[in-house]
Amino acid sequence: MASDSHAAEHTSPLHHFEVHNVIPIEIAGIDLSISQAVIAMWIGIAVVFGLFMLIVSRGVSPVPSKLQSIAEVLLEFVRDMVNEFIGKEEGKKYFSFVGTVFFFVLACNLVGLIPGSYTITSQLVVTGVFATGIFLMTLVIGFAKHGAHFLSILVPPGVPKIMIPVMVPIEIISMIARPISLSVRLFANMTAGHTVLAVLFGLAMTAPGWIGWAPFGFTVVINGLEIAIAFIQAYIFTILTCVYIGDAVKLH
Amino acid sequence: MGAEGAALIGMGLCAAGFFGAALGIAYIFAKTIETVGRQPNAEARVAKYCWIGFALVEAIALYALVIAFIIMP
Repeated sequence: MASDSHAAEHTSPLHHFEVHNVIPIEIAGIDLSISQAVIAMWIGIAVVFGLFMLIVSRGVSPVPSKLQSIAEVLLEFVRDMVNEFIGKEEGKKYFSFVGTVFFFVLACNLVGLIPGSYTITSQLVVTGVFATGIFLMTLVIGFAKHGAHFLSILVPPGVPKIMIPVMVPIEIISMIARPISLSVRLFANMTAGHTVLAVLFGLAMTAPGWIGWAPFGFTVVINGLEIAIAFIQAYIFTILTCVYIGDAVKLH
Repeated sequence: MGAEGAALIGMGLCAAGFFGAALGIAYIFAKTIETVGRQPNAEARVAKYCWIGFALVEAIALYALVIAFIIMP
């Protein structure tokens, strides 16, 4: 994916996804430099941590204040998601992980919408590592909980015995498609959103003034859509995580 | 026609894949509106599935966009 060749004098709309090192650090030949992506991740962590620390710093009381009731609404939202797909008793083990996934992905998506900032969830390596980690976690949970009987997840209930050799490869492919689709969905949504914004802004800047206001107005609308997409994609990522963990725990 | 021209044509053809996703999203929201019209107090439960379905269908459209970016010259 190189930038445009001689055909266009401007760089391609994907050029603002490139990662530039801020502090180059190299240890034993491995590139550990602090780049824009690392700083964006730190800002995402700081936002989530700071928000919840701010809410808890005033003390937690049985009659909630306004800040505390915001936190309660958010946490009840995650808890209902976990209870619905994983179950009430089993869900208590996975509630903190699912909550972390939801708030971190949401914070990283929203931080990327600030002008001049970097969206780390628009990189396939980042979302790929999240999704692969979650998929491996479901495999470990399934094998730890059910042993070798976990392989019965590949046989849907109510299938006649003669169809099993046909169904198993299809189910294996659909299991492998889970981390791929989970990561590409989040990556493509974030990348597409920012690319559309970059293209529209370029058009608004280079067009003459009497026509440049139309793409600019469209950019405002698309920015609002991007905020909605950030929330929706974080919610979808989390709910599919709950579904996959629930599949591994409940085996059907 | 060199490889770059063919790649650009391929990118344009990838954009034709968005048509199916547009139909899918329209169908989901049409069914949601119809369901809310039939039973207004089912709105909260149906709305949750509506947004989940929307995100999953939109993901397919964005897979086509990813392929367009991969073959970009």
